[in-house]
Amino acid sequence: MQIIIVGCGNVGETLTEQLSGEGHNITVIDRDRARTEAVVNQYDVMGIVGNGTSFSVLKEAGVDQADLLIAVTPSDELNLLCCLIAKKAGNCHTIARVRNPVYVKELPYIREELGLSMIINPEHAAALEISRLLKFPSAIEVDTFAKGRVELLKCRVEAGSPLCGLPLTDISAKLHCDVLVCAVERGEKVYIPGGSFVLEENDLISLVASVQYANEFFRKVGMATNRIRSVMIVGGGETSFYLAKMLLPMGMEVTIIEKDKERCNELSELLPKALIIHGDGTERNLLQEEGLLHMQAFVAWTNLDEENVMLSLYARHVSKAKTVTKVHRIVYDEIIDSLNLGSVMYPKYITAEYILQYVRAMQNSIGSNVETLYKIIEDKVEALEFSVGKQSPVAGVPLKDLELKDNLLICCINRRGQIITPGGQDTMEPGDTVVVVTTNTGFRDLKDILK
Amino acid sequence: MNHSIIRYIICRVLEFQALFLLLPGAVALSYREEAGWAYAATAAGCFLLGWLGKRLKPKSNAFFAREGFVTVSLSWIILSLTGALPFWLSGEIPEYTDALFETISGLTTTGSSILPNVEALSYCNLFWRSFTHWIGGMGVLVLILAILPLAGANNMYLMRAESPGPTVEKLVPRVRHSARILYGIYMAMTVLLILLLLLSGMNWFEAATLAFGTAGTGGFGILNSSIASYHLSSQVLITIFMILFGVNFNVYYLFLIRRGKEAFKFEEMRYYLLIIAAAIGLITWNVRGMFDSVWEALHHASFQVASIITTTGYATTDFALWPVFSQTVLVLLMFIGACAGSTGGGIKVSRIVILFKLVKNEISHMLHPKRVTQVRFGGHVVSKETWRAIQVFLFSYIVIFFTSLLAISLCNLDFTTNFTAVATTLNNVGPGLGLVGPSGNFDVFASPAKWVLMFDMLAGRLEIFPMLVLLASPAWRKG
Repeated sequence: MQIIIVGCGNVGETLTEQLSGEGHNITVIDRDRARTEAVVNQYDVMGIVGNGTSFSVLKEAGVDQADLLIAVTPSDELNLLCCLIAKKAGNCHTIARVRNPVYVKELPYIREELGLSMIINPEHAAALEISRLLKFPSAIEVDTFAKGRVELLKCRVEAGSPLCGLPLTDISAKLHCDVLVCAVERGEKVYIPGGSFVLEENDLISLVASVQYANEFFRKVGMATNRIRSVMIVGGGETSFYLAKMLLPMGMEVTIIEKDKERCNELSELLPKALIIHGDGTERNLLQEEGLLHMQAFVAWTNLDEENVMLSLYARHVSKAKTVTKVHRIVYDEIIDSLNLGSVMYPKYITAEYILQYVRAMQNSIGSNVETLYKIIEDKVEALEFSVGKQSPVAGVPLKDLELKDNLLICCINRRGQIITPGGQDTMEPGDTVVVVTTNTGFRDLKDILK
Repeated sequence: MNHSIIRYIICRVLEFQALFLLLPGAVALSYREEAGWAYAATAAGCFLLGWLGKRLKPKSNAFFAREGFVTVSLSWIILSLTGALPFWLSGEIPEYTDALFETISGLTTTGSSILPNVEALSYCNLFWRSFTHWIGGMGVLVLILAILPLAGANNMYLMRAESPGPTVEKLVPRVRHSARILYGIYMAMTVLLILLLLLSGMNWFEAATLAFGTAGTGGFGILNSSIASYHLSSQVLITIFMILFGVNFNVYYLFLIRRGKEAFKFEEMRYYLLIIAAAIGLITWNVRGMFDSVWEALHHASFQVASIITTTGYATTDFALWPVFSQTVLVLLMFIGACAGSTGGGIKVSRIVILFKLVKNEISHMLHPKRVTQVRFGGHVVSKETWRAIQVFLFSYIVIFFTSLLAISLCNLDFTTNFTAVATTLNNVGPGLGLVGPSGNFDVFASPAKWVLMFDMLAGRLEIFPMLVLLASPAWRKG
């Protein structure tokens, strides 16, 4: 596909990397010459220096041949205008990043009326991700498939857990619940496990289960599934605001600590039910005074990675809270992984992933297409949801007869709302959606799973 | 201070007063009463004065907050002074102080009377007494704003100084149109009430005077027994309309522009109705033994609660004879008062609710010293200026209350009488307890005490600050 990316910031660059890696032809537009050149030198893409809202610049970037334009400059209005012009000039699909909270309720209206294909609000997306995590306190990451009926959860095998030393085939027999372990991280290595795989302490396992089984599973392996009732958020940015807005109706008590007095006033106006504290979130006494010791969840979401990491380590040290940590720079990810921080979130990945999902879904070919995509382990393992088309070569064939690629697992089949954890004799039927976990990235169609 | 514009507006006010005075004059004509000449003479005098005064155009149109405050308080004083003349000239109220008390009580929609026998008054005087309620209910200056193009763009200052409540909102972009809408609603509801009262068996005169008293939440009746001798249906009608006139008029505007859903969510109205329901429940339970049936107790309790909380002051029964608990509830209701933006008086439900919310915030602030909180009312954040003004209002209110109490205690009457006399005048209710209860009157006070109470009535109607500004010397400086 021909894709134009306007704006080479964090997200723009991540998108360029991912999309060009998947074989798309990318043209980037940015006003900053140095930044554009840096991107052009690093990836195999074309770069144009100029204003993305200018018709002539867009023309130069080949907007009339483009299939998709993604506008991720720092300005919302610029992004929207850019998409509008591209839409008129080239009739391509358009994706805009709009992050001003003023627009958040109006996004569907704006998208509809301006004819955009997708609008993404990175802070809102991040908040959605965190709120999903807090719904399943035992998991490190939570994603959903099949319109929320299937959860993809990631959790750590703690010392002394009944899972230690257990072969995967025995899980359903021993625990009587229908879950499927679809990926295991052990140190640096990633496995797509077979039935004889034996779990060990400190493994990070990803599992697929329907909502009720997921809770049952956690209870049986002795991980707390108590609902979270109190959350402390350090840093009162937009993400914190959206998050509080999502958590409050679920009956959680939300405490937000923010340094800036003006922002505190604003937040207390917007969130009358939340406890807004004006103070430095890194101050030990303040955290204790506001009851960190009894919090059930702790979200470190300030603008400084170091502060976030320290805060989460401290919170884990003094309380039993589930922690969520924001990390902006991905450079030191090995170190961060070794720290036992609980859930770590990389905001720019969230945005890139949402857009990637859309791009994949756009590329629908004959039989079926990607409905949802998650990266379970950064760049190594993906979970994809496909819908099965009528002419698909895999339809109607029992799974054991399919010649599947290595390192690939079909985790679940959703047949009209009914969730099936597939065995060898199950088949995929037209109309189903299936979730596939694989280390081979870049799948576009269900038939790609065949050898 | 721009004296010329104040003079100009006050002269327009006098012209309006002349117009108002013609109405009781017409009543006198139809009943062939001699007292009518007093109205004709006063009206002529007012018109002449106003007409002469306004011939000299104001030097500048500068009109700001202090001009607004001073104009409003002076207008009210002049309306009272001229409005009292016919009572005195006709000889039916021989003392001018008493006549003035009666007029201020009427204009401020208080309804406290110095007359031992109301029925002795002629029809035109009775009509004028009730009609002053109607004028004072929505305010004269609001009426003038609705009709005359005044003072350019700054006439919001006038409306703000005269309208009750912690904040005054325009309904539509122009002050003039807002004022018209308010008076339109006010008039429509009054006419509706008159028609309904006629249907319930009253004659024209009774229906009109009682409707004026109800609409302005005033409380002057035309019988010594107030409302007690009318038919049950009339009493129920008056109960309902008293409550309706105590609601913020913005609610009716929302209905008018078909946003009724928002109207039902109006926070102040919800608290107002809640307080009414609770008070009715408590009093019904407390007085159930005094009446033949619970329904009768309920009827009298609702009437009295509606009458007191809206600061109307009608009575169907002498509640000074009720148990102390019921009396105390009624005295509390006097202080609470009606909604802001209604015709009622008192501290206003919105102020009370905001103050309670401030207390709640303060408590939470003690538990979390660094917590940042805001007070929300009706879905909006109450600005710091507004709630500070409310606190200052409450303090000034208390100071005026107790200063007046101290002053009138020189008359050496009992404490209940003094306390409720100040409460009832400062809150523009009407009757109090003790000697000034529904069956008593304010003639028991000596003249100086009456002047104090007159000041209280004006201060209560204009919500204290316009009167205090008038007394403060910096307001009078040139500039």
